[in-house]
Amino acid sequence: MRLIVPLQGVVQGRGGLLMGSLIPCALFYFLQLYLKKRHRSPKPRSPSVSPSPSSSNLAELPRSASRSNLSSRGSIGPARTSNRATSIAKPNTSPYYVGLDRVLEDPYDRVHYPDGIIQLGLSENRLCLDLIDEWMSENLNNSVIRGDGGDLGIAGLATYQPSDGLVELKVAMASFMSKVVSKEVSFNPSQIVITSGATPAIEILCFCLADQGNAILVPTPYYPGFDRDMTWRTGVELIPVHCRSTDNFIPSITALDQAFNQAKKRGLRVRGILISNPSNPVGNMLPRETLYSLLDFAREKNIHILSDEIFAGSTHGNEEFVSMAEIVGEEEFDKDRVHIIYGLSKDLSIPGFRVGCIYSFNETVLASSKRMARFSPVSALTQRLLVSLLLDTRFITKYLETNRRRIRQVYDLFVAGLKELGVKWTEGGAGLFCWVDMSGLIRSYSEKAELELFDRLLNIAKINATPGSACHCIEPGWFRCCFTTLSLEDVPVVIERIRRVAEICKSPR
Amino acid sequence: MAIEINPVPSVQLSKVADSEKHGENSPYFAGWKAYDEDPYNEMTNPSGVIQMGLAENQVSFDMLEDYLEKHPEASIWGKGAPGFKENALFQDYHGLLSFRKAMASFMEQIRGGRARFDPERVVLTAGATAANELLTFILADPGDALLVPTPYYPGFDRDLRWRTGVRIVPIHCNSSNNFQITPQALEAAYENAESMNLRVRGVLITNPSNPLGATVQRAVLEEILGFVTRKNIHLISDEIYSGSVFSSSEFVSVAEILESRDYKECERVHIVYSLSKDLGLPGFRVGTIYSYNDKVVTTARRMSSFTLISSQTQHLLASMLSNKEFTSRYIETNRARLKKRYDMIIQGLKRAGIKCLRGNAGLFCWMNLSPLLQKPDREGELDLWKTMLHELKLNISPGSSCHCSEPGWFRVCFANMSEQTLEVALARIHNYMDQRKR
Repeated sequence: MRLIVPLQGVVQGRGGLLMGSLIPCALFYFLQLYLKKRHRSPKPRSPSVSPSPSSSNLAELPRSASRSNLSSRGSIGPARTSNRATSIAKPNTSPYYVGLDRVLEDPYDRVHYPDGIIQLGLSENRLCLDLIDEWMSENLNNSVIRGDGGDLGIAGLATYQPSDGLVELKVAMASFMSKVVSKEVSFNPSQIVITSGATPAIEILCFCLADQGNAILVPTPYYPGFDRDMTWRTGVELIPVHCRSTDNFIPSITALDQAFNQAKKRGLRVRGILISNPSNPVGNMLPRETLYSLLDFAREKNIHILSDEIFAGSTHGNEEFVSMAEIVGEEEFDKDRVHIIYGLSKDLSIPGFRVGCIYSFNETVLASSKRMARFSPVSALTQRLLVSLLLDTRFITKYLETNRRRIRQVYDLFVAGLKELGVKWTEGGAGLFCWVDMSGLIRSYSEKAELELFDRLLNIAKINATPGSACHCIEPGWFRCCFTTLSLEDVPVVIERIRRVAEICKSPR
Repeated sequence: MAIEINPVPSVQLSKVADSEKHGENSPYFAGWKAYDEDPYNEMTNPSGVIQMGLAENQVSFDMLEDYLEKHPEASIWGKGAPGFKENALFQDYHGLLSFRKAMASFMEQIRGGRARFDPERVVLTAGATAANELLTFILADPGDALLVPTPYYPGFDRDLRWRTGVRIVPIHCNSSNNFQITPQALEAAYENAESMNLRVRGVLITNPSNPLGATVQRAVLEEILGFVTRKNIHLISDEIYSGSVFSSSEFVSVAEILESRDYKECERVHIVYSLSKDLGLPGFRVGTIYSYNDKVVTTARRMSSFTLISSQTQHLLASMLSNKEFTSRYIETNRARLKKRYDMIIQGLKRAGIKCLRGNAGLFCWMNLSPLLQKPDREGELDLWKTMLHELKLNISPGSSCHCSEPGWFRVCFANMSEQTLEVALARIHNYMDQRKR
């Protein structure tokens, strides 16, 4: 029975589908036709995640028996992968990743290859690797694996371990966090879940706190990796909440409130706010009052706060870092909504060892995270090594002091150079990078012009700095420059290269 | 009039966090708790619970210890050695090339050189648990289904379903043909899924099987390959026990079959492996996905960011696994020792009048206690399990937690203890059976 139903409506699924549902036969006919067409083309479905009630997207129709017949009958091509996989397999076009790739192809080496690209796009700390190296060679002579059995014997190391980390490591982490994250807080080892890096820690929290299709508010600019880490497999949506340079990029409650309400209108349920404190990419620390306001806001909306404090130990300024753990300690009944993410990749310069943790006050979140940590565990071998390292108090104190000093040294030299160039930056006092305002060098106040500058910096000046747009910054012209992968001698080279580009940009056409 | 005080609404968690899909409330895990509370120890607690529910391989530790003692350079970097700094910073999700090569070569050795593995197709994950979950995320969307033959490893309920939102539809196997997968069972499972409006994305088999302790026969593998090809779906072959086959010639990997067919239709096949069982290193958390599908390899690599293996561990294992002399000696000796244990437990059970499925691999045997059931159903099985746990103080895994369709079967692990402990366990069973006769 062929009826004239607006084909466009059926194909796109909006409005027309409501009409089509009154004429089931025609709908079915067109459905089969449409699906047959779609099945032929290898184009992936748009990864629509939130089945909002107003959308009548065909992708969410229940699959009828005939649908599966379709897939086995005229099946063309190999078995398909999931929608999730399809979106992940797409090439990374963000300048954040493009820049990193380019450096791999053409890396700078002061001695052997001075024409290469200098890496300012990776927030890694290489300034104190020599200290860790020294510790390793002095202490590992006893070998992490001893043939004489006992605690460090292979049998102890190799057998199954608790999924959320060895008790000894949790104790060591808690003690380390008390030195680095907050001296006011005595971190409780039983509130720690160890994970293979901070990346899975954030993902696990998203799985625990939000359902597929829910949203999390994230103040901008933010670490580009969040777009991937928090949404890929969880189906959660990130809602950027824009911060301004006039506020020093500190999130405003008004903006958060607006974003929350707008999300509500769109039918999106907001489950939490993610803050990174100290901030990546800005390198500043949220003041105590802001933290209180955030907690008030979270309480009012009955949502969670995820506080990524992975740079807590990388402060080099004069201000003290205030952790969310300190704030919560004073407000008893808010504990269930605060969760902290930490890790050793930045503060201890060992990203390769993959050690992160979730610190939460919520029993159910802890129980759930413990089970999920099965999917992201840390090798027992590495855990044992870290227990020794972290409990060597003398070494850790010396390391933390030296680290601060060396970061400060490079930072001072770098910003002195920027000053000479007349380029401004945000004074933050934390992080392994500098948030630089190069809006004076872009030809128009737009993202396009910013990307042109990124391109010039990458290909002409040969430095890879991450443009603000990759971090969702609403103001064009900002760049994140990581300086802790540089040695002091490299800094003037970097400044000189920026100067060259600055001259090109300023010269009349 | 009473004033209503509205309590502050507590903040909610996700459905995933609140769900029971992690499956950790099943008897499989409950037995572990009993063991934790009262663990057997030859000296200090000879009447404690003997753990026979943990599939761990402890029979060959001495060889690992020996290797590490003789090769300390594997675990330390030494002053000035070029390794450390790069190692500390290395977090590339491609993984250390040397380690991938070593893994590929180890996998080849286990299969007696009958299949080749390309290091570029090896994706590293922190354990097979993560590997199975990752593949599920990649091959299926929420609401889709994977077909899994029963009985299966209880952890799959969590690994394949919990966070992925994917369903498991069982392929029922029974003792009439030694629990082998039949074409009828495959079709029935597929139809079952269809009738529930579930889209089937693949079949996941464990070969050698857990909990059966037996390899999947070549003819059956070929049937399965034909089935997945006809339905245009994927095949995941979890070969985590491939190195624990008592006799190398009895194990056929799906990789071998693909190679013999010149890799036709290989893009739908993915193999999961790990060092936890064969090498007895579960604490190291090393798993891999080996896929013949380029897109799956790329995607799995990226997704492995959530589950990277520590560079320190990769470094140590790379050097150990590339030592072919060591690995071939290890594989051979390990096999022989496992066979010896297996023979020991089978004989012991036979003497007590208990039959087991004929097995040829793994760290456990599949024991038939159905004649002992009060009631020939799940409840009867759980009652018997409780008796085993509380009276005999043996933690064994009931078939129902493995979704076995026939009540009365139990998985009994034998490689995670010393020979003396195994003797004690067998003695307890013997006494119990004697008492029952009277």
